[in-house]
Amino acid sequence: MPNKIRSVHDPRISLNILSKEDIEKIHTATLDIIESVGVRFPSHKALDILEANHAVVDREKMIAKIPGEVIEEALSKAPPNYTLAALEPALDLPLDGTYSHLGTDGCGVEILDAFTGERRRTTKQDVSDVARVADYLDEIAFHWVPISAQDCPPYSRSLHELEAIWKVSKKHLQTESIINENEMQTAIEMAVAIAGGKDALRQRPILSVMQCTTSPLSHDGGSLEAGLVAAEAGLPIGYMTMASCATTGPVTLAGNLVVGNAEVISALALMEMAYPGCPVYYAAAQTAADLRTGAYTGGGPEDFLFGAATNRLADFYNVPLSMGAFATGAKEPGWQSAVENSLSAFMAVSTLSDMLLGAGLLHGSRILSYEMLMLDAEIWSILCATFEGIIVDEENLALDVIRSVGPGGNFLAQKHTKKHMNERWLPRYMDRRPYNVWEQKKDGAREWALQDAQRILREYHPQALDEKLIAELDRIIKAHEDKFKP
Amino acid sequence: MSQEFFAKLTQSLVDGDPDATFEYTKGALAAGIEPMEIIKKGLIPGMNIVGDKFSSGEYFLPDLIIAADGMQKAMVLLEPELLKRNQAVESAGTVILGTVKGDIHEIGKSLVGTMLSANGFKVHDLGVDVAIETFIQKATEIKPDIIGLSALLTTTMVNQREVIKALANAGLRNKIKVMVGGAPVTRSWAEEIGADGYAEDAMGAVQIARQLVSK
Ligand code: B1M
Repeated sequence: MPNKIRSVHDPRISLNILSKEDIEKIHTATLDIIESVGVRFPSHKALDILEANHAVVDREKMIAKIPGEVIEEALSKAPPNYTLAALEPALDLPLDGTYSHLGTDGCGVEILDAFTGERRRTTKQDVSDVARVADYLDEIAFHWVPISAQDCPPYSRSLHELEAIWKVSKKHLQTESIINENEMQTAIEMAVAIAGGKDALRQRPILSVMQCTTSPLSHDGGSLEAGLVAAEAGLPIGYMTMASCATTGPVTLAGNLVVGNAEVISALALMEMAYPGCPVYYAAAQTAADLRTGAYTGGGPEDFLFGAATNRLADFYNVPLSMGAFATGAKEPGWQSAVENSLSAFMAVSTLSDMLLGAGLLHGSRILSYEMLMLDAEIWSILCATFEGIIVDEENLALDVIRSVGPGGNFLAQKHTKKHMNERWLPRYMDRRPYNVWEQKKDGAREWALQDAQRILREYHPQALDEKLIAELDRIIKAHEDKFKP
Repeated sequence: MSQEFFAKLTQSLVDGDPDATFEYTKGALAAGIEPMEIIKKGLIPGMNIVGDKFSSGEYFLPDLIIAADGMQKAMVLLEPELLKRNQAVESAGTVILGTVKGDIHEIGKSLVGTMLSANGFKVHDLGVDVAIETFIQKATEIKPDIIGLSALLTTTMVNQREVIKALANAGLRNKIKVMVGGAPVTRSWAEEIGADGYAEDAMGAVQIARQLVSK
């Protein structure tokens, strides 16, 4: 099983996207909207908490108008740093503002079968298989439940997804698909069993939770209530806005940021009002809807800008950020996916997103492709190398070596070269062969990526949990199913 | 003078100025022009131009939706007048539309609704997270040609099947066609649950709806 993770650490490149004044303008505008227009919280539980914290609540419309100071006061309670724990401590992920960690994309509905190429609906077995490949790749720091276990009953499906991943991987796990209280409670029960108790889980949250907001300016009741349950147990919880220019948000970028920001910070503030000090994070995957079809595009210059800008907002609120990057809109790996996934990830890393989501899915987070997963990992390795930047010190200036080689000659035989050569980046999938070698088979990245994935699927069978724990998880899921079967 | 009104009405839709459409409609009625004439010679030509420009890629969704809004504003004035004359605009068919129970994804469903309306269907949009019983009640009440069910979650797709079953139980299944769609919905799923039609996007939904009513 893996014992290290390849995340970007202390990047030496950074990007200036919004000035301090810009951020303050966006913040002020956001508070104005939350206070004067309000945000819809379709949950009486949530409204009770907001009302107790001086929000003006319209129970019929379920809209809360929350004073700016209350939002600011609540957000100030959020811890700026914490760690996403793994079953194996060496795989822990610090969210302390010096790392960017890459996760898989989430909740895909179809998969391109690794061996037959057939596109079909996803199953629990697929969840487990994708998790094995993601576990194998050092570039993947944590799992987002990548696809849905559609052969399991809808009312316990998310639990089966968690189990499938926990069984094969010790990396941190984040779920996006639990949107009601009772399933969240059972998920926590499972996590408690693995962590060895409630306090142990709170100390080392091996599970974290992402919920979506409902743009514009609304939340989903189930997602709020599930989030509160998670926050109570000490699981890191984030709310993601997908406000899209022209459909669910203003067509202009700044306006769209305001709408998304109002949704996210109002939800995070709610969590802090209910459980002061609970670990929360900002999450965003804003985009510009396609003007011809209304489609959620998942890639484009607006996405890249949003990626960088929301990072600055999360910094301003002093909470970690999870950014929807990668997640190409392309139908197959190729030119479009390479452009979208490289640029979106570059922008997000250059502003130091703590978590990046999105490796492995095509068609706007709908179709899982093993090829794409492998190729995305390669993009990540390019970024890791790029963000290491250029170190200028005696050893790296290498004056002695330059002197000893002198004009002409080469550096291949130098000890200094041998000592440092492993620092240079080597591709797995970039084609650097002579033309005539390529010409024989005309193969390339896609074929190699798929072959690698097939090999991993055939040969790599990690077991993360012992039989007793697996039996316990099965029992917990079974009890949930008996209780909630409609 | 009628010609002038017709040209202005058409232009106001092409320009995307619903307030102007409303005012010209008012003016045309005041000038004694027949409501059916206003629709056929002023508004429909405008909507057709907008539709063509949208299909050719010159116009974008907001253009289409703003034009549809203008049309709707005009109809608010025209419908009572038509009623007085015992006239009605021919409709391509009646559709009940909604996102199924447990699911709050709205945009795709609303776009399908807009496109159907823009193409002459009478659409009753029940919104999102629509209970099975609500679909059945509404269907019993207005006897639509089609029920359109949108679902974006794999966990809520099953409710498309449940609505179809409930329609059968209510004895309505052979009178009403069912069309399904949404991101995770596929043709094979539509077949599996016994839906009559499946469309991948809003324009496709219009085509399928036309086929379904002509069957
Ligand atoms: C009747 O006949 C017909 C015929 C054609 C029909 C039709 C009906 N209905 C639609 N069509 C077709 O025509 C339309 C127009 O061309 C098209 O409609 P679409 O809706 O597909 O297209 C729209 C024009 C634009 N597309 C969209 O609006 C959907 C885009 C994606 C990114 C998406 C969005 C934006 C949202 N989401 Co959600 N969301 C995703 C989507 C991924 C994707 N790429 O599709 C999907 C569907 N969501 C998902 C999830 C998981 C969730 N979402 C949720 C919430 C949301 C938002 C609220 C944030 C937001 C919706 C905002 C709104 N006001 O509607 C949550 C569910 C809440 C709930 N109870 O419903 C939540 C559970 C997340 C959470 N933890 O909160 C995933 C489902 C996965 C699964 N396995 O089921 C998902 C595939 C993304 C992903 N991979 O994570 C066609 O499908």
